[in-house]
Amino acid sequence: MQRRPLILAALGLAAFLAIWEAVPRLGLVNPMLLPPPSALPAAFLREFRSGLWADMVALSLGHYLLGFAWGAGLGAIFGILTGMYLPLDWLSAWVVRLLRPIPNLAWAPFAIIWFGVEQAAAVFIISIGVFWIVYFAAQSAIRSVDRDLIEVADAFGFRSGRERLVKVLLPGAIPGILVGLRTALGQAWMAVVAAELNGVSGLGSRMMQASSLLATDIVVVYMLTMAALYGLMDAGFVFAQTRLMRWKP
Amino acid sequence: MEAVSLQQPIIQLRGLALAFEQDGRRTEVLHGLDLDVRRGEFVAIVGPSGVGKSTLLRVLIGLAKPTAGTVALAPDPNAERPLALVFQDARLLPWRRVLANVAFGLEKMGLDPAERRARAQRALALVGLRDMGDRWPYQLSGDQRQRVALARALAVNPAILLMDEPFSALDVATRETLQDEVVRIWHETGKTVLFVTHDIDEAVYLADRVIALGGKPGEVRSSREIVLARPRRRDALALAEIAAQVKADLAAEAAAARDDWVI
Repeated sequence: MQRRPLILAALGLAAFLAIWEAVPRLGLVNPMLLPPPSALPAAFLREFRSGLWADMVALSLGHYLLGFAWGAGLGAIFGILTGMYLPLDWLSAWVVRLLRPIPNLAWAPFAIIWFGVEQAAAVFIISIGVFWIVYFAAQSAIRSVDRDLIEVADAFGFRSGRERLVKVLLPGAIPGILVGLRTALGQAWMAVVAAELNGVSGLGSRMMQASSLLATDIVVVYMLTMAALYGLMDAGFVFAQTRLMRWKP
Repeated sequence: MEAVSLQQPIIQLRGLALAFEQDGRRTEVLHGLDLDVRRGEFVAIVGPSGVGKSTLLRVLIGLAKPTAGTVALAPDPNAERPLALVFQDARLLPWRRVLANVAFGLEKMGLDPAERRARAQRALALVGLRDMGDRWPYQLSGDQRQRVALARALAVNPAILLMDEPFSALDVATRETLQDEVVRIWHETGKTVLFVTHDIDEAVYLADRVIALGGKPGEVRSSREIVLARPRRRDALALAEIAAQVKADLAAEAAAARDDWVI
């Protein structure tokens, strides 16, 4: 094990926290605008004891997981199909160019109109960002599967689209799709907050509420909560990815 | 239905031609190719690169469509698939362990998983890799990979084994070992083998008959029987003589091509 990178990483984090603590304490910034890290444990305990923290985390996790599942599922399906069949890609090319640049937050008005200020609205907004990332990842992963291996499947009689997909294209595209999924894993957390700013209950709405009461320590508690949740998921994902990718040297 | 005659050639090609168009220009790879292969025969096909040797195998297994001519394969009651192909590069599926790679073609044959495993294991033993089933392809050496590819082809029990320069990427010593293995396996299984190579010495050492392809588009220039008992010695004088003749067949070809240029 290399120790130097670990030591330096710890040092960097410590320095960051020290500066953060010092700035409001030295009166450089009003503590109300930037709560020092030492104030956070108490704030967390307050929020936790009220039961709000667990509720908000559960709600947001629900939005996150559903949005991720929908976006990733549909993105993978459409990406694989347009990757496999060129005419489908041509058919969708300009629709994609039209819709792709729209930021997922711009969908918020429609999300509210279609789904109301409900969970589904947040799920919808989150899924859009995930969809595009996974769509492009899956499409290019399918296209970059080694043609020679497709020939092998051909030579052994696997010639239908379904057989090709199951025997060669999908297993060959998994690494590329996983990269897309991992990117989307982070992107979806950013979308969670944005999706909940419109009043759908969750971390985002709670943060807005706290900030309007100038309870900035609570805001920071949720920021860190999100960071922790993302870190956990990303670590879990990387673990699963390594297990799936044992065939790579 | 026609009765299966064992005298009937197992492969019968008549007037086989293949051309493709690229940028509006038509290139003929094969032209008017006739070829008969007897059941159980080991036939080597040699010729300069670009003469259509590999294309011929690709047509046989259905990876390329001939533009003219007929391919007739006689049924073989002992085989379960008409053909299997070993590519020049092993082309193992990197996400499958060795055993699962060998079982690949078996998945097309409606066998249950236990039987697939058993057959793949037998094929693996046949190529001398009995204990390698759990490895990943990246953990194998070049010759082991090619052995796995051979096992994958043998596992489906094909009537005809097609081999496309299977050993050209290996060093001399391993190549010679694998050549002997192929002869042994051919002998044990009684399969018909169509072996493409650009190495004339390899062709005459392995085959019952060497077919020299020449010209653009490729045509059969000579077909020489090698009546020499097995096991053969690599330094047998008779082999050297036939190799020289085949070289001459191809050289005449090259000379003719040069004359064409002069005109």
